[in-house]
Amino acid sequence: MLDLLAGFVTELRNAGLPVSLTENLDAMEAVQHIPIEDRDAFKYALGATLVKNSSHWRSFETVFEVYFSMRGPEYKLVEGSEDELEQMWREMQEQMKEGDGRGSSGGMDALTPEEIAQMLMQALLNGDQALMRALAKQSVQRFAGMEPGRPVGGTYYLYRTLRNLDLEGMLQKLMDASRQEVGGELTALEERLEKDEYESRIEQFKKEIEAEIRRRLVADRGAEAMAKTLRKPLPEDVEFMHASRDEMQALKKSLYPLTRKLAARLARKRRHGRKGPLDFRNTVRHSLSYGGTPAEPKFKYPRPAKPELMVVADISGSVAAFARFTLMLVYAIQNQFSKVRSFVFIDGIDEVTDFFKGTEDISEAIHRVNTEADVVWVDGHSDYGHAFEVFWEKYGKDVGPKTTVLFLGDARNNYHASQAWVIKEIRQKARQVYWLNPEPRSYWNTGDSIVGEYGAHTDGTYECRNLRQLEAFVEKLV
Amino acid sequence: MAPRFTSVQQVRDGLRDVNYLADDGIAGVAFLADRLAKPILVEGPAGTGKTQLAKSIADMTGARLIRLQCYEGLDESKALYEWNYKKQLLRIQADKNSDGWSEIHDDIFSREFLLTRPLLEAISAPDPVVLLIDEVDRVEVETEALLLEILSEYQVSIPELGTITATQIPMVFLTSNNTRELSEALKRRCLYLHVDYPSMEREKEIVLTKVEGITENLADQVARIVRSIRQLDLKKSPSVSETLDWARTIMLLNIETIDAQVAKDTLHVLLKYQTDIAKAAKELSVDLV
Repeated sequence: MLDLLAGFVTELRNAGLPVSLTENLDAMEAVQHIPIEDRDAFKYALGATLVKNSSHWRSFETVFEVYFSMRGPEYKLVEGSEDELEQMWREMQEQMKEGDGRGSSGGMDALTPEEIAQMLMQALLNGDQALMRALAKQSVQRFAGMEPGRPVGGTYYLYRTLRNLDLEGMLQKLMDASRQEVGGELTALEERLEKDEYESRIEQFKKEIEAEIRRRLVADRGAEAMAKTLRKPLPEDVEFMHASRDEMQALKKSLYPLTRKLAARLARKRRHGRKGPLDFRNTVRHSLSYGGTPAEPKFKYPRPAKPELMVVADISGSVAAFARFTLMLVYAIQNQFSKVRSFVFIDGIDEVTDFFKGTEDISEAIHRVNTEADVVWVDGHSDYGHAFEVFWEKYGKDVGPKTTVLFLGDARNNYHASQAWVIKEIRQKARQVYWLNPEPRSYWNTGDSIVGEYGAHTDGTYECRNLRQLEAFVEKLV
Repeated sequence: MAPRFTSVQQVRDGLRDVNYLADDGIAGVAFLADRLAKPILVEGPAGTGKTQLAKSIADMTGARLIRLQCYEGLDESKALYEWNYKKQLLRIQADKNSDGWSEIHDDIFSREFLLTRPLLEAISAPDPVVLLIDEVDRVEVETEALLLEILSEYQVSIPELGTITATQIPMVFLTSNNTRELSEALKRRCLYLHVDYPSMEREKEIVLTKVEGITENLADQVARIVRSIRQLDLKKSPSVSETLDWARTIMLLNIETIDAQVAKDTLHVLLKYQTDIAKAAKELSVDLV
């Protein structure tokens, strides 16, 4: 048991979760109070003692599933032991037979794909958990085409299974079925609720499939090897440029609490910076109430001016996600700046400040930026040089000694002219100029990337691949 | 000391008796906290029943609830203890004529002159207590250090008096709305419990137990609509307490089934931002037509 837990903790640490020695000891003690056969309790006992941050929970769950997947009664892979499921299958078969009089026999392996689809629909319609689990098993076995020792990731099998099941079409069919049940049209509200219900059930079914694939992979390759391949980065470590759709969602979710934290921290910093030289005038003024004795010294508290910010972001395909997150973050803490103006470009440049002005809803504004901003000049391929030139012509006069200018982009210029002199000019007028690049540092200045050329004229060029780095930079900026 | 709970299931049932529906995670962590004698750090969105959990545990075990509401600027004299200066002064003045200085000196720093504040009160109480340190994320990082001694050792050191150790180990709950990252030192000493919005089934049950006279059908509708609303990208998702308020509103209005119009008219109970209300109304009624 001890070895097992020690291995588990090591695996958690490998996945990037900070687990201290005391927490490790706590976990060991905790599991002694928990009946070991109660899997859920076991999991929560470990979770409560080892994971101290809610955004790390998902990573913990994955590691847990992999690590302990071979060690529970309900996780056996051998078909013969699943009497209950078999039993249920047989019953289902009976019903089917009675239903359409077709005599298919020989257990679940003999079902046709249509029958499976039919049964899945029944299961989803009634929210039948046990049947859903059984079907997940069956469809993985049938559709994923898993072969022992094949070096393919779990996502590949998942994709194959889902492609065969056509869950999108299933949703439509489910909706039709419930419409028929009521006999006629549903109201918009009912429709929406039904749809959400089915979507959540389908989501659950997908999870079952994922779990099943994982179990089989673990059985094939062993827990340690699997844990390595399934290791998911924590949300703050996900790279903007390579995030999948799910990861994007997770990123978005963790962005909001992050901005709140950042805003609270920055506000506090501003309030607490209390060191300054003696304010002679004020001290003398107050000494009057003590008969001219300067009994109460007064100090000058520094009031750092809030910077004015100009964000110039490349929103071409490759770096759009990065620009979006940075804009969101900047606008979420905009009260830390005296003024924020934002510009987006691909090969043309457009000011988008107004999109953020009228609305409280930042994501809505971002959406408008992506759809309405006029950023294409010739062909819609990044041309930093032209964009900067236009920026200088149109808005250069607005850059002043209080302005901090922030450029976002990978500086992949498609071999156009760089026009780096613009950055140089801006730097002379502005307080500070920074460049944020979402690419790993090792890719800089390779191919058509000319970030070095621009970077030479800035006060700093930063690699900004994930939320953690972005947060660190923004804090520094304010 | 005898443990308070015998099994996770018992915690769960006990909480149910006082109208708090715990899921496995909540009951399990409460059980462990008792066994390991460790505080629980409860984190999660506002209005998911974090504070209520502490109250319900107190209710269930028949313990007294001592609550320390945290805020920025909280200090030792408000959280731990304070010397009763006025009383000390009086004592000195009453003894003006005698000259046993050392005697008085010892005397005025005795327990008689100590004002206990929530934390000290919790560990010096003879009867069973539950200590609730509410919204711990509101205090500054430096002030957190105040809590460390009491959380790990269940004792308070007073320089003039010595160390006061707990007579019995209280259940301790810390709640946090996650507005800032708590320090590692604090987290390390606690069991961690994340309370999220409940699943639809659980929320329905909560509505059924908390709102009197509501029909199963209506509770189901309420829970479903709230779930759909939570899936939207809102500034502030409806909390459980807001769900309950909404259910009560609907009961008061004598509505038997919720249609789009009713939902639209009463959305302001559930959502507190105009943009959110507009968005939810749009999503719920125009969608899919």
